Amino acid sequence: MLEKILLLLSLSLSVAEGLCKPGVGEAYKVRFSIKTALGDQAYPWNKNEMFLFRAALAFAMRDFTNGEEFGVSDIHPCNETQRVSFWFVVTRPKTMDLVDKGTVEMAIKKSRNRINGAFLLTDKTLEFDGIYPTLAAPVSPDTPPWLIVFGVVMGAVSVGIIALLVYPLVQRKLKKNMDADDEDSDEETGVKTAENGANDGIYNSTFSDDERFTQM
Amino acid sequence: MGKDAGPEERPKWDNKAQYLLTCIGFAVGIGNVWRFPYLCQIYGGGAFLIPYLIALVFEGLPLLFLELAVGQRLRKGSVGVWKTINPVIGGVGIACLIVSFLVGVFYNTILAWVLWYFFHSFQEPLPWSTCPLNESHYNLECKKSTPVNYFWYRETLNITPDIEISGSVEWGMVICLASAWCIVYICFIKGIDSVGKAVYVTSTFPYLVLTIFLIRALTLPGATDGLLYLFTPDWQTLTNPRVWLDAATQIFFSLSVAFGGLISFSSYNEEKNNCERDAVLVGVINSATSIYASIPIFSILGFKATTAFNACKDENILALTNYFEFSDQNITLQNYDYWYEYLNTTYPEKFQSLSLRECDLQKLLKQSVSGTGLAFIVFTEAVISMPGSQVWAVLFFVMLFSLGLSSMFGNIEGVLAPLNELKLLPRWMPKELISGTSVICLISFLVALLFTLSSGNYWVEVFNGYVGSVPLLIIALFEIIGVIYFRGMKTFSDDIYIMTGRRPNIFWKACWMVISPLLLLVVFVAYVIVQAQTRPTYQAWNPDYEKFPETEEKLYPDWVFAIIILLCVVPVISIPLVALYQLLRVKKKQSFGEWLTTSVTYVLTCSLWKTTTRCKSKSTKTHTAMG
Repeated sequence: MLEKILLLLSLSLSVAEGLCKPGVGEAYKVRFSIKTALGDQAYPWNKNEMFLFRAALAFAMRDFTNGEEFGVSDIHPCNETQRVSFWFVVTRPKTMDLVDKGTVEMAIKKSRNRINGAFLLTDKTLEFDGIYPTLAAPVSPDTPPWLIVFGVVMGAVSVGIIALLVYPLVQRKLKKNMDADDEDSDEETGVKTAENGANDGIYNSTFSDDERFTQM
Repeated sequence: MGKDAGPEERPKWDNKAQYLLTCIGFAVGIGNVWRFPYLCQIYGGGAFLIPYLIALVFEGLPLLFLELAVGQRLRKGSVGVWKTINPVIGGVGIACLIVSFLVGVFYNTILAWVLWYFFHSFQEPLPWSTCPLNESHYNLECKKSTPVNYFWYRETLNITPDIEISGSVEWGMVICLASAWCIVYICFIKGIDSVGKAVYVTSTFPYLVLTIFLIRALTLPGATDGLLYLFTPDWQTLTNPRVWLDAATQIFFSLSVAFGGLISFSSYNEEKNNCERDAVLVGVINSATSIYASIPIFSILGFKATTAFNACKDENILALTNYFEFSDQNITLQNYDYWYEYLNTTYPEKFQSLSLRECDLQKLLKQSVSGTGLAFIVFTEAVISMPGSQVWAVLFFVMLFSLGLSSMFGNIEGVLAPLNELKLLPRWMPKELISGTSVICLISFLVALLFTLSSGNYWVEVFNGYVGSVPLLIIALFEIIGVIYFRGMKTFSDDIYIMTGRRPNIFWKACWMVISPLLLLVVFVAYVIVQAQTRPTYQAWNPDYEKFPETEEKLYPDWVFAIIILLCVVPVISIPLVALYQLLRVKKKQSFGEWLTTSVTYVLTCSLWKTTTRCKSKSTKTHTAMG
């Protein structure tokens, strides 16, 4: 049993080596920049990581084609370098037909985040040559935030202006009422003393005239 | 000169600190932050300080002392002061009024731009950090230039490619302009009572922010490169006369003399105040602020250059790593130079085929910008790379706004005091609701709507370049002549003796009588010659230009050139007009020949032979006694 599986695997590998030719046909180039992304916590690239990549890509193909049972053996890498970069092609499950570039591209675009996440990388550090990341639309709130700040500032300034303008007018009105009361009491005393003599009456009216001047 | 029913109530400062802070705030403006560091940079760093300080001592301080002394002694605004000295030079006050008004109009527009950026700094991410998307592509104009440039030229100004194309009014900018004028109005609502309180904040806050920026900037990588570049003196530049000219003009405009505002402010002082010490204090603090501000500015510019340099190197490293299939992070920023040389010599043809960008730190440091370019393009770009960008952006724009606001107080005072003295405001206006301040703010706002058009930035450049330069030089020249020759050095020394308790020493006298007028005359003539040598041009932002994103240099069309000439001439035309009018008034019952001889001998005796008694008798005839 084991020998049969090994035989099949080696057969498919040898066939696939002929399929994956860098730069031609349906092959895609991919680059990993693990040290740039993770620095000290970078993991080394080895066969296990390659296996993860093939599994992730098989998942992307399954997810896009909605059920076609792609397996790890359908992803064929070649020309691996120490950059970490390599070419790969995708074949249909159970056959050796190459999947066209367009389908592969759309599958990768759909599951890009999942593939990035599997490797703890980003669109920039896990680069598929020729597949540009779809740009996220920036969040635009309903009310632009600058209008809110403007509203706050202008509200405070307007309240200040109105307060500073109205306050002296209100004060003046209060003062007028108070002085009107004073004048009433003065007039009363003036009336009283007028009975005593003309001088006192004149003296009082001059006094209240002075008050009016100082009010101005 | 009593205007009201009772004795004239001149407003007074609550305390000396308010007065000093107001004068310092007026002198220290946005130019200290965005013009002085630029001049330092292009004129050989530390070496520029020499002409700058010489100009301060021989030109700036004497003018400052003169204005403060004259205002404090004669206790009037700029029109009243010159009319009192001699009605013939009364036009100087009117010239101050017009210049203050025109400068105030465009200066507050700059504050409106600062407010716009301030309002937009409360977002995450900052709106000038990324290009906007339409469908799945970045905006083309933004991609070709940078997001910061795009935000300034397109989203803020919506600028047209030519000054002749006016475009439409930008509503966002109109409401920012309205806010700026409302803030100016509320600070000025009770005259110097409210201004005196506002300056406690607006004059001191910028220093706090500058210190915070200083500490932050010095810890940024690349700060030392920027500082070294700024302060390394290049003594060769001292042989270039242009350097001396620019130093003289910079100190002159920086101190805000010849606006009339300083005269008004000092007239609200008590008479026995040591204005000599005040003048030296204000002048020295102004220059010290310029130098102090250039340290964080240049640290940040050094940081920006280093960031751009590293980004350039990273780009090249990526290209090399990908092409030669080296292991990731084999080539780092540290061993970049070694690998560069090695690969260039080992595989020259392959290397050339990559066409890598040349990364040069010195070239990046050399990119010098001043004015709005420094604040709204270079600085905003640097702020994006600093952690906590919003905080730094908000702090920076509030600082710029405070600096500009305190200068606006001086401009408004320079308009308000003369208007009150000329009694141009009708008496029936109730003082609280419609005062001179609100009328001036409203009219200025309406005039400034011109600058909210799409071509507004070009017009601000026109005003900035021509209103705030030649007329001020002429006014300052006439101020010195007016005080020293019309009032007389002896009378002026007595004035100062009354106020400070001692007469001006030989240094001041020499400066006022010879050095400063000579310096001003030389600066004025040199300035006019330099300006007249070339037809004036402006930098236009034209997306269709073949060398875009570089700005296109265009000539001003003829009608704009005519407006420029008007802006230079109209403010100062009042000086000869009023002089002529006053001389004609004296004439009344004389024949033309008699008038000619009378006026010529009058002018000669007053100015050259300083027989001040004869001038005084004439002057007391034509105006009422001093208040």
